[in-house]
Parts: sequence; C-alpha cells; structure tokens
Amino acid sequence: MGKFTEDDLKKELETKEYEYGFYTDIESDTFPVGLNEDIVRAISLKKEEPEWMTEWRLEAFKAWKEMIEPEWANVTYEKPNFQNISYYSAPGSKKKYESLEDVDPELLETFNKLGISLDEQKKLTGVAVDIVMDSVSVATTFKKTLSEKGIIFCSISEAIQKHPELVKKYIGSVVPQKDNFYAALNSAVFSDGSFCYIPKGVRCPMELSTYFRINQAGTGQFERTLVIADEGSYVSYLEGCTAPSRDENQLHAAVVELIALDDAEIKYSTVQNWYPGGKDGKGGVFNFVTKRGICEKNAKISWTQVETGSAVTWKYPSCVLKGDNSIGEFYSIAVTNNYQQADTGTKMIHLGKNTRSTIISKGISAGKSQNSYRGLVKISPRADNARNFSQCDSLLMGNNCGAHTFPYIEANNKSAKVEHEATTSKIGEDQIFYCNQRGIDTEKAIALIVNGFSKEVLNKLPMEFAVEAQKLLEISLEGSVG
Amino acid sequence: MSLKEKILSSYLAFEDYLEDDSPIHDLRNKAIKTFESHGFPSKKEEAWKYTSLNALLKEDYSIFPKKETTIEFKEVRKYFLHEIDTFKIVFVDGVYSSFLSSTTHDGMDICLLSAALSKDKYKPVIETYFNKVAKEDSLTSLNTAFAKEGAYIYIPKHKEVQKPVEIINFYTGSETALMLQPRNLIIVGENAHIQIIERHQSLSENAVLTNSVTEIFTEKRAFVDYYKIQNDLPSASLIDNTYIKQERDSVCSVHTFSFGGKLIRNNLNFYQYGEHCNSILKGVTILEQKQHVDHNTLVHHIAPNCESHQDYKGIFDDNSTGVFNGKILVEKDAQKLDAFQQNNNILISDKATINSKPQLEIFADDVRCSHGCTIGQLDDEAMFYLRSRGIGEKEARALLMYAFANNVLESVKIPELKKRINKLIANKIGVNLGFNL
Repeated sequence: MGKFTEDDLKKELETKEYEYGFYTDIESDTFPVGLNEDIVRAISLKKEEPEWMTEWRLEAFKAWKEMIEPEWANVTYEKPNFQNISYYSAPGSKKKYESLEDVDPELLETFNKLGISLDEQKKLTGVAVDIVMDSVSVATTFKKTLSEKGIIFCSISEAIQKHPELVKKYIGSVVPQKDNFYAALNSAVFSDGSFCYIPKGVRCPMELSTYFRINQAGTGQFERTLVIADEGSYVSYLEGCTAPSRDENQLHAAVVELIALDDAEIKYSTVQNWYPGGKDGKGGVFNFVTKRGICEKNAKISWTQVETGSAVTWKYPSCVLKGDNSIGEFYSIAVTNNYQQADTGTKMIHLGKNTRSTIISKGISAGKSQNSYRGLVKISPRADNARNFSQCDSLLMGNNCGAHTFPYIEANNKSAKVEHEATTSKIGEDQIFYCNQRGIDTEKAIALIVNGFSKEVLNKLPMEFAVEAQKLLEISLEGSVG
Repeated sequence: MSLKEKILSSYLAFEDYLEDDSPIHDLRNKAIKTFESHGFPSKKEEAWKYTSLNALLKEDYSIFPKKETTIEFKEVRKYFLHEIDTFKIVFVDGVYSSFLSSTTHDGMDICLLSAALSKDKYKPVIETYFNKVAKEDSLTSLNTAFAKEGAYIYIPKHKEVQKPVEIINFYTGSETALMLQPRNLIIVGENAHIQIIERHQSLSENAVLTNSVTEIFTEKRAFVDYYKIQNDLPSASLIDNTYIKQERDSVCSVHTFSFGGKLIRNNLNFYQYGEHCNSILKGVTILEQKQHVDHNTLVHHIAPNCESHQDYKGIFDDNSTGVFNGKILVEKDAQKLDAFQQNNNILISDKATINSKPQLEIFADDVRCSHGCTIGQLDDEAMFYLRSRGIGEKEARALLMYAFANNVLESVKIPELKKRINKLIANKIGVNLGFNL
C-alpha cells in the first residue's frame, strides 16, 4: 500500500460518490413513452424479427396486462408507472460496426471511464466482450476464436435471425412468458440481450462476458439472456453492470435463462453495481430480475453474484434440478447501504434423484438499508437422496439497518437431507481489538473482516471479477464503517 | 349457511343472552366485527401458507352445547396427573365441572374466567389485563367475541404455587360436531412461581374444533413453566393461540407435546417488554396417519439484554404433515440479545411432508441470532452400532428416535409429567423402552 494510509482511504471513501455516474450524450433513437400492442409490434419490427417472435411477444403482453405487480417482497418503493417509460432506445447510428475504429469515439470514452478498454481487454484478459450499450449490441470481440469451436455468442436479436431453431426451442422454456409480472413484461418488450450456445462436448476456452449499461434517460432496460450448454460442454459466463447517476428511478427487468443439458456445466457470475440512489435515498435503479436455470442429467449450474448496487433489488437466481445427479449452487454477497433495499435469494427445486444443492448467502447491511434473504429448497417426492446445505449469514453495521431471513424448506421425501443455518451478528469488538493490537486501525480492520466474511463467495468468482468485486465492497460500504 | 354466517348469527343470540353491563361488552362487539371483516384465514395468507382449514370448516358445528353432560372421574382419571396432588380446572364441553375440579381462593386465585368477568372485585384486574396482549387477528377475535369461560389464575407477589395447575378440557361428543372458544387469563405477579399443564381431550369420535386463546402476563422476576399436551383423538382439531407478555427478569417456558389430533395449529407468541427476560419454547411432535401439526412461533424482542431459546423436534410417519414457522423479530432497541432457534425433523415415510420456515427479522446490530433447521433420517451408523450389540431393529429405531426427542424432554421439570410423556412417546413409537428417565 505504501504511502496510502488509512486516513486516505477513509477520505476517499467519504468523498467517493458513485464512481460510474456519468452520462454519455449519444444521439439515439427512442420510442415514445407508453406501452401498448403497437409498441410491442414496433419493437419486433425494429428488430426485424420473424412472425413467430412477434406473436410470442404479443402473447406475453396479453398475459402481462392481466397480471398485477407482486407485493410480497420485503421492499417498499414507489411503483413505476409502466406507461411512463420508453420501451426502446438504441444508439443513433444504424450500421453495424466492423472494427473498433468505426465505433463512436464518445462511446469508447464511456467504456474507458468504466475501465474497460476494448483493445486492451482483447489482448490482456482473453475475455470476449459483447457490450450492450443501452439496448443494441455494438461490439463483439473474439468472435473468430469462438466460432472455430462452434460456439455461438452474439446478441439475442442476431440469434433470432441467424439461429431461429435454437431460440425458438429454448426461449421461454425455463422462464415462461407468464412466469411472473416482470418476466411477462420482459418477454413482451425485451430489446436485446445475449445469446450463447456451446456445442456438444466443447469446453469454452475463455470467460464469456457482457457489460450492460442503462444510458438513455427514462428508458427501462429489458435484457434477455439465453445460455444453452449442450451435452458435456462447459461455459463460464460473466455479467457486470454499471449505470449512470440519475435522479429518476430507472426500471430494469431482465430475464436470464440457462439450459444445461446432460453432463454440461454453466457457471454464471454477476457483479451488479447499478446506481444505488443518493445518500438521501433519492433515485437509483429498480432491479427486478428473473434468473433461472434448468439442469438435465449430471449437469451443474452455479450462480455467483455480488450485489452492491440498485435502490431496490428483487432477484432470485434459481436452479431446477430436473435430471438425476444434477447439482445446483448459489453463492451470493449482497451489500446494502444508505437507503438501499435488497430482497434476494434462490430457489432450489429438487426433482431428480441424487440431486445436490448448496446455498451460501452473505448479507451486509449498513446505513438505513434493509437486506433480506428469501430462499426456497423444495424436495419433491421423486427426488430420492436429495441433499441440500444452506448457510445465510448477515452482518449488521449500525442500528438503523435491518437484516432478514425468510427460508422456506419443503421436504416430501424421506431420504432427503436438508440443512439450513443462519446467523446474524455484528463485527465483534474482540475481532477489532485483535486487529488494533497488531497495528491495524479500525477502518482497515473492518474492511479486513468484511472481506473475510465474504471470502467464501468471492473465491467463487473468476479472477477478473474477484478483484473488482472486492473494490466494490469497499465503495459500497463507504461512510458506514467505524 | 357457511360456518362464518352461522357464527355471526349465533353471536346475536349470544349477545342477547349476556348481561349488557359486562366489562368486556365493547371488546366483544369490536372483536366480532374484526372476525366478520377478515373471516377464517386462507392459504393465501403467508402465515397459513402450509395449513388449510377448509376441510375443518365444512363440518356443521354447534356453537353452544345444548345440554350439560357429566362424566365419571374414573372414566377420565388417566388424563389427570393423578400421581401427585394438583389444582384442577376442568371443563366438560366448555362448561365448568366443579365436581372434577379443585380450585382455590386462598391467597391466590385459581378459578374461573366466568367468575372473574361477572364479579365486581375482579373488575380492575380484567380491565388491566384482559385482551391486552392478544393480537387482533381473525381467530383470536372470534374467541374474544365468544369469551365467557376458561381458567382464571392470579398469583400475587412473592407467591410460589406449591402444586402444578391442570387445565383440562373434555369433549364428550354430546353434539355431532362442536366448536368451542375457551379463554384463559393467567397473571403471575412479581417474583411468583407457577407450573401449569394444559390439555384438551376428546372422549368420542364426534368432531370437535377448539379455538383456544390464552393470555399470560409474567411480572418482574416471575417464573412460569407451561406444558401443553396434545394427544387427542383423530376427530379433534385444535387452534391454540397463546400470548405471553414478559416483564423484566422474568422467565417463561412453554413445552408443546403434539402426538395426536386431526389438525393442530399452535400460535405461540412471546413479547419481551422488560430487560433480561428469558423465553423458552420447546416442542416434540410425533405424527402418523393423516395428522397435521403447525407450529407458528413468534418471539418479539423489544427490550435489550434478553434471551430466547427455541427447540422443536419432529418425527413424521405415514401421510402426516409437519409445519414449523418460527419468527424472531428484533426491534432496534433490543441490543445485546441472544436468540436461538432450532428445528430438527425426521421423515420416516415417503408420503410424509415437512415444511419449515425459520425466519429472522433483525433491526438491531449488537445481537447474536442464529437459527438452524435440518431434515434427515436416522443415522445408519448409529443403527448399525446398536444392531451389532444385539438390539432389535425396532428397538434400535425407537431408541434413536427417543434420543432425538430427549433434549426437549430433559427440561420438563415435573418428574411425574416427564414419566407420563415418556410413556406417551414409547406408546407412540410402539415399543417398550424398558427404562424410565
């Protein structure tokens, strides 16, 4: 660390506002606000989608109109007015970029501020980035290497055109259009997202990664991600997000579907750092996400998430363990500060025999925030020898925040083994004393302890993310420590 | 006519029959309105997600038993803790049976709620305590509306009650289906001690639905030890609503033994208003056939430096269903708290179900709260160990199950009661253990 003392860190943390809160002024093509059948059709038309896709969207829209917004989550917020949102926005220039030089320099500047230099990243990290700037995919790298292996990694609109048979077969197969209010909304109006297909027996040679950004004022972001791992394949997928600072609440309702066929493995990691709202609780992103994966025989899906941003988070990455011997994992760190609210967790649905699942959830609440874990472990009557282990730990900083645990455990099979453990505590005075005694001041000690507390989950992240995530934890807890 | 309508019209008749100057007259009217607007809880409500009352509500219950029935002591002797001397408050079909009871007014009141409600000298007590801690949910309100009989216990300061108190409700089956609303009020004064055993027992195959409400007030340094024995016939259902308000340094423990009955729902609520309170909630549930038991507990920590311990064990066979829904709610000021909650379950049959939902809601930072929940089977290695020493399979299983339930049993403080429960468990597992603890 050298001359960078704890005082400097403290100062930095105190003065540090949302780092990535800037707004890029790019000419863009935005739809009028409001949602009706015409808008849904228009989005579909704009994306040059085939007839079946338009119908699929309309079906979802019809279902959505009948649904009411869920209220069971342990969060309070002003409900967004769905007629006051523009459902489509794309960066102005229509042409597809051939190389980086063609990309709008202002856009490149945005990425530089985010710390992603495309060229650098190409060479150094070996990560193929499919960047979603607002809703249109503008640059895709490493396509060549991937295509040699037969891996398809592109935007979902491209996939709809080029690989309709795959999309048609799998879209909505894990998260049906009518699954829930936000999933239905997403199905009707999703503008873009990522699509990934790993062929039989292929091990994806690099971490696939997407960066999402919400950029245009007043546009909701409706991402749709579909990852299919064919028999015996392996893929590690990273998703990271940052969004500009804005006072108006922004809505984000994404759907992620993972399909792991026999013997396949999908590792899906997320770092979520959207604008959490100001210190007074104004603004911030509403993050209502449906993520679910299905495991066939011997398949494995592993979700890892670091949730530090968003004013309101409502997210339950789930695994349906359909095939025998399949494995589901969920590792999560959720940090809330100031007025943030998070209601997050997972569902593990054990359907096949000898299925196993692990849930490790770490919640850290500070300031005036509320942090809830909500999870379901269900062992169906057919799931012989199913095994689950869940651990939910919460750390409270200050007495204006809250930590809540709502685990649901339903067992219908006598051979099931389910264990659930939860603890809530604060950072022990003895732990801090121990550090102080060894010359580590309180501020540092707390950072150290928080890192240790989250280590089990941080370890599960791919290298590139782990470093970023650790830094995010520090930024998120600014001003709450000590 | 649905049961709800029947209840509402019965209330009008009930109100006519009561004298108008009853101190709780307004409370009753308010309560019936609450019930009218909420109705019976449905599975749509989060707290009733896993328990449906629909099947029970189809019966055509009588709200008031038409005739008084008497029973001989020898018929029901086995339901009393007859080995030792106890105070007894006994009701037969909801009506007080002076013949079976043994009450007292000697330095304390162990008597009837109907007496307390009607006599002027109890008026200040009723006004201070009655319906003061009970929640205003629909079932509790239903009970409040019809509250007229139950146990009334008032223990003054520094009094140690020497004998346990038994509160027993018998149902004779004089009606084809009966719905009852017993109401108990228990006030334990400063530094006073009491042990109470509560039991509901049906004597016939006729259906009975009991919606019972018990309010317990433990004053400073008071000590309450409460046992609920639920080993009823498959025709009897029980909704037990218990509310406990604790003042500083008081200790209250409630043991619930659920071995029988058609459907049992225990709503057990602790409210800690004073510092250094200790709340203990323990339960053993052993079910078979189509029985359904739902433990819904709440420990509401309001004051700092308190403790709570919950330990519920369940063994489920055949088509039985067990539900555990435990909630620890910690207010902002309840610092330096130690709260613990544990729920262990064993499923013996493939058709048995367990739904467990241990919840923590915490708003204070300097607390130690933890909960654990497990679902599993008897340990194969332990079985093997016992078998290799020549213990038969059935006995070995029984021994292990017994051991599983034992740490709840251990804390039963009345030796005769412990022996009795031991026997009940042995019966339930269907084996003679050949030893007594």
